[in-house]
Amino acid sequence: MVASRAIGSLSRFTGSRTLRCPGYICRTFTGSSALLTRTHVNYGVKGDVAVVRINSPNSKVNTLNKELQSEFTEVMNEIWASDQIRSAILISSKPGCFIAGADINMLAACKTHQELMQISQEGQRLFEKLEKSTKPIVAAISGSCLGGGLESVVFIFTGPGLKPPEERTIEYLEEVAVTFAKGLADKKISPKRDKGLVEKLTSYAMGIPFVRQQIYKKVEEKVRKQTKGLYPAPLKIIDVVKTGIEQGSDAGYLAESQKFGELAMTKESKALIGLYHGQVLCKKNKFGAPQKEVKHLAILGAGLMGAGIAQVSVDKGLKTILKDATLAGLGRGQQQVFKGLNDKVKKKALTSFERDSIFSNLTGQLDYQGFEKADMVIEAVFEDLSLKHRVLKEVEAVIPDHCVFASNTSALPINEIAAVSKRPEKVIGMHYFSPVDKMQLLEIITTEKTSKDTTASAVAVGLKQGKVIIVVKDGPGFYTTRCLAPMMSEVIRILQEGVDPKKLDSLTTSFGFPVGATTLVDEVGVDVAKHVAEDLGKAFGERFEGGSLELLRQMVSKGFLGRKSGKGFYIYQEGMKSKNLNSDMDSILASLKIPPKPDVSSDEDIQYRLVTRFVNEAVMCLQEGVLATAAEGDIGAVFGLGFPPCLGGPFRFVDLYGAQKIVDRLRKYEAAYGKQFTPCQLLVDHANSPNKKFYYQ
Amino acid sequence: MTSILTYTFKNLPSTSKWALRFSVRPLSCSSQLRAAPGIFFELYLKAAQTKSKKTLAKPHVRNVVVVDGVRIPFLLSGTSYKDLMPHDLARAALSGLLHRTSVPKDVVDYIIFGTVIQEVKTSNVAREAALGAGFSDKTPAHTVTMACISANQAMTTGVGLIASGQYDVVVAGGVELMSDVPIRHSRKMRKMMLDLNKAKTLGQRLSLISKFRLNFLSPELPAVAEFSTNETMGHSADRLAAAFAISRPEQDEYALRSHSLAKKAQDEGLLSDVIPFKVPGKDTVTKDNGIRPSSLEQMAKLKPAFIKPYGTVTAANSSFLTDGASAVLIMAEEKALAMGYKPKAYLRDFVYVSQDPKDQLLLGPAYATPKILEKAGLTMNDVDAFEFHEAFSGQILANFKAMDSDWFAQNYMGRKVKVGLPPLEKFNTWGGSLSLGHPFGATGCRLVMAAANRLRKEGGQYALVAACAAGGQVCHSRSTGASGKSFSLKQSKLIQECLI
Repeated sequence: MVASRAIGSLSRFTGSRTLRCPGYICRTFTGSSALLTRTHVNYGVKGDVAVVRINSPNSKVNTLNKELQSEFTEVMNEIWASDQIRSAILISSKPGCFIAGADINMLAACKTHQELMQISQEGQRLFEKLEKSTKPIVAAISGSCLGGGLESVVFIFTGPGLKPPEERTIEYLEEVAVTFAKGLADKKISPKRDKGLVEKLTSYAMGIPFVRQQIYKKVEEKVRKQTKGLYPAPLKIIDVVKTGIEQGSDAGYLAESQKFGELAMTKESKALIGLYHGQVLCKKNKFGAPQKEVKHLAILGAGLMGAGIAQVSVDKGLKTILKDATLAGLGRGQQQVFKGLNDKVKKKALTSFERDSIFSNLTGQLDYQGFEKADMVIEAVFEDLSLKHRVLKEVEAVIPDHCVFASNTSALPINEIAAVSKRPEKVIGMHYFSPVDKMQLLEIITTEKTSKDTTASAVAVGLKQGKVIIVVKDGPGFYTTRCLAPMMSEVIRILQEGVDPKKLDSLTTSFGFPVGATTLVDEVGVDVAKHVAEDLGKAFGERFEGGSLELLRQMVSKGFLGRKSGKGFYIYQEGMKSKNLNSDMDSILASLKIPPKPDVSSDEDIQYRLVTRFVNEAVMCLQEGVLATAAEGDIGAVFGLGFPPCLGGPFRFVDLYGAQKIVDRLRKYEAAYGKQFTPCQLLVDHANSPNKKFYYQ
Repeated sequence: MTSILTYTFKNLPSTSKWALRFSVRPLSCSSQLRAAPGIFFELYLKAAQTKSKKTLAKPHVRNVVVVDGVRIPFLLSGTSYKDLMPHDLARAALSGLLHRTSVPKDVVDYIIFGTVIQEVKTSNVAREAALGAGFSDKTPAHTVTMACISANQAMTTGVGLIASGQYDVVVAGGVELMSDVPIRHSRKMRKMMLDLNKAKTLGQRLSLISKFRLNFLSPELPAVAEFSTNETMGHSADRLAAAFAISRPEQDEYALRSHSLAKKAQDEGLLSDVIPFKVPGKDTVTKDNGIRPSSLEQMAKLKPAFIKPYGTVTAANSSFLTDGASAVLIMAEEKALAMGYKPKAYLRDFVYVSQDPKDQLLLGPAYATPKILEKAGLTMNDVDAFEFHEAFSGQILANFKAMDSDWFAQNYMGRKVKVGLPPLEKFNTWGGSLSLGHPFGATGCRLVMAAANRLRKEGGQYALVAACAAGGQVCHSRSTGASGKSFSLKQSKLIQECLI
């Protein structure tokens, strides 16, 4: 709202494109003495144009915080008061960033929604003053500008010149903006923009109340469908817009600041802010820089995972060998990488030339040629221990001493794989999630023997591939698979109890999971699910029981492997958007039917049976030291398994929902089903002392 | 793209007739711009009579000389040459060279021509033109392409052939006809037509034809942008000007200088490499027609052609689409002397460089100049004549700034100090591509002949020629694109003495 209102006042540029370049050191400006007194906003005068430079200290981006706002207000007041100044430009001294948005820490520090409302109103007042300014104000923007900054767009970026390109780009932008501001002040350039036909028609149509009502309705419907009512903000935004249009801008502004205050205090807001912080944390390499940077990567197995890993590696400039055992398998993998890149060309994210040059980083082969230069080998062969042992031995015969051997497995313990290694300190687990180019998470698994440098190297490669990384200790199922398995077991039991697979899907998505529980089994692959369930069942015994493994076994024997085989719980057809239930499953489900227990089978109970088993297992991972921090646990669950983001992850959920309530639920289900629901000690501790939290911010 | 053409035309005296033609051919414009900057060509000339500077002769390498060279007048595309084909222009240049040098046809061992936008009917335009010009059908010929330095490539290929002892006499040249460029059927249409060729039965044909859709008919125009980066050359030039902080007035001023000097050279009859060309069905063309000295006020009125509305590159400070052809006669020194020629210059050293095709597309000369000077053991001060290809005013001025910057030398070229500025009084003093025109494939020979003739006229010893060209074919590694070349040319005392 604030943003859109201000458009009228801030004339904007259009132009080409931006260059973002990390690590650029901001230059210092020289100018009037006023410069030295302020830290965030300063200005100098060029002729009769004031150049207002925004530069938050010690940060890569500018964020709207209290200091910036108050300094900006001071500066603008001086500008409005000065007789010499006829126009002003606003420019950021950060390359590629104008103002990133509100300072999250400032919002998090607020205790009440009144405080937040006040912050919002101050911002509104400022924008209003800018809007009513008698002196033309030009925002010169290069790069990202979100939230409160969302007004104007500029772009030009220059190549190498007599100064670093980023520096010159900002300077150039300033030159253009100053010329523009002078033009506005001299009335040589008109700030009014001609409305296009579509724009005129739109504004005409919006003038008709009936049309407006229909639009509100439609928008609300769509938002509800997408958010399932779990995210309050989009609906409130619609309310605010509605208030603004129907009752005038004063009411609109007031509604905006009120709702802003309310929203920032919600659990959802806290959960999402928590995820933001967790993500920032998981984008850093806390193991330091590895001794040797990985420049040559080799991947074994050109299957879905292998090719996916190859794709995210080559497009970051890593020279990558993709090796498979057969030409057909290799060809399929190469095609997958090419298709992934080509899809980006279709979306205009890459040019065809860039695609080709990225693709040239990939070498497909059937032998071990070139492995003597590899700095890291990631194996992504079938999940079979003896096969993994064989390739490990083959690879160790050809790779150099410093080369890291990483295993992409979702459940096989790394120490078992490393058992046949000559150099177990160089063996590590790198668990990617499918589809690799879309899923952000990478779970890195260290054994007791894995060296710190090996871990640092794996994290560095993962970060280069653009992943959010959690580092966990070795054990059956590591962290992510281990949390998922009991939930999956519960899914099977619920289905056996006669709940319709479609209904189960809608119960889970309405709880906030992006993919329904039944569909998830199909997506993961029934054979994989069976494999994991068997392995982890052996390792953890009773706690992982629930549904009958027989169901999965029968599905596998009938070839219902899920999406990849075209049939699972659902039938998958190329080009079909809506999917139908696989009617052949009826007999299997009927033969394994168990009677439901009425007191724990309400819709809500079904949701909580799934979630509490997940959460309980996650907390147990922290208790056992598989997880180093709760934050990593939350990031892993949300980014790898689709745990509802609005809940912030299992640990944040315990904090916000209350450990006691979760333990109560677990006890209730424990009474019905037994040990599978016994709350772990750490969770019980949290329930017993309400001051205990996983997060203290 | 279209706009730059239109602007160019508006400045012509005979506007109306051409304006339409101009605006309907945006594609040609684009290709011109694309090819214009990138490669870099240099040469040294050692003049006979003057200061006794050292000779650049190398032991164990044959001396290669330019006997003479000619070009037909360079014309704005869409003017007198518009109904011709490229080999017609090339043939005119070749005939003119035969006439000017009276070289016996059977002495010529080999012919090489450069061209950029290829006419598909005459893909080896060198051979078609040579046959038509009356060269022996026993003389082999091939065509080279390297964007705006295609003619330079033709010449240096010839130098290589002679220096390595394969041949004694080579004709090198270049041609470009921007009045006509290949516009193709769409890929879908082409595919259908080819499949139809192979279809055996009526049924097969009908089923193919049934797949026809109206959009198959939309034509495929020559690329508007650099293939690797998708950026038009004008856009690139504008960014370059911004990067080096080159103002619009500076650019306009430089363009005006080019036009004024070209006009003066034309009026004084200094452009002696130009030969008259009787165009079939039209009058004889005797002069370049793109030279149009204007005023800074007039030029300031033009709107930016590429980055709107804040860009600085306009039609007036860019080179325009040009038709033209040129040719030079290159010989081993001893052969030339034996045949009684008085050569104009030695061709000594050459260097090609290539850089990132995106941000450094037009900076070839800045990179190649220090390299070629180093190779020849000379400094900027030793050179008596500079002939640089002018793709855009902004590009020339950016190269100047780069050459004059220690920071640039250290950060981008890995050199300790800057190479320095070429003195303006020795730089393109008879006009340049901005004013004389720039037929992509033919500009290289014009630069060499201008340099040679200037040395002779002004009494210098060394000349240096440089040009920039678009990326494309020189990309062996993926990060390189634009390439540059330079070569040196000198005229020795020995020749003068022998021949006088």
